[in-house]
Amino acid sequence: MEGHSTGVTVGPAFAFPTKKLAMWLFIIADTMTFAACLVAYGFLRNGTPNWPRPFHSITNVALMTFILLTSSLTMLIGLRSARAGDKAGAFRWIMITAALGVVFALLHVREWLELIDQGMRLFKNPWGTGLFGASFFSITGLHLTHVTCGVIALVTVGVRYKGGRYNADDIEVLGLYWHFVDLVWMFVVPLVYLLNLTH
Amino acid sequence: MTTTTEQHKSDEIGKDLIVYVCLLALAGLQFVIAYQNIDGSQMFWRMLVVAGVEAGLAELFFMHLWSEKRAFLLFVVIFTVSVLLGMQYGWTDSFRMVTGAPFSH
Repeated sequence: MEGHSTGVTVGPAFAFPTKKLAMWLFIIADTMTFAACLVAYGFLRNGTPNWPRPFHSITNVALMTFILLTSSLTMLIGLRSARAGDKAGAFRWIMITAALGVVFALLHVREWLELIDQGMRLFKNPWGTGLFGASFFSITGLHLTHVTCGVIALVTVGVRYKGGRYNADDIEVLGLYWHFVDLVWMFVVPLVYLLNLTH
Repeated sequence: MTTTTEQHKSDEIGKDLIVYVCLLALAGLQFVIAYQNIDGSQMFWRMLVVAGVEAGLAELFFMHLWSEKRAFLLFVVIFTVSVLLGMQYGWTDSFRMVTGAPFSH
């Protein structure tokens, strides 16, 4: 039945834009995925006596955290610019966010390569139980996949926004995703890195 | 662009900057906790609380959950927290793996 012909207006659930609601539902579902991974990781870490502590320095992970947090701020400035009608400014800030995402991903890959160089593999490592490699690569790999997808989405949405095909609402929806990726990292850092530091 | 719009934009960016600095400080606090001379479980709980506060700030202000309708905010918080708590049922098994009792042998 056509809504306009009957004069009945059906509002979206929670009086929310549909795209935003869809993104929130995705974020809630994705929270469960990451939570399941982190709980499983905690379960294994707690139940395994010789859990490896391979991290000697926090420099790299601190830098990665700083970059990801800063990228959330630049994403917000991009959104504020888009809301204010500053199209060029919004595009510029979105591209800066994407660039920070790329730097984060490169630092992550560098860290992986260093660990692989030290003999860490998916099911074995020189420090203790092989479960460490499986859980470490799974969790950080899942997060890195999210960052990579986010960077692709940022460039795509940014270019389409500049071309007039997308508007500030689309940037807000993408921003939700990017902040979520940042939020997940806040839990990955203490559980996977900081609790496994060699003192 | 009008002056009012510019003023509104800079006000909002100022608020975002404050939240950003708070998040940086909390992230820094996690690194400080990592070097404290405390046992693993204490360290875990302290870091988890800080991460929870960080996540709350990011959700409320960066993801604008605070300015959404209260019904939606409650839906997100209650649903997420319920499922996250539901995932914690397996910890007794994890501790049994450590202590080796009562059925592991």
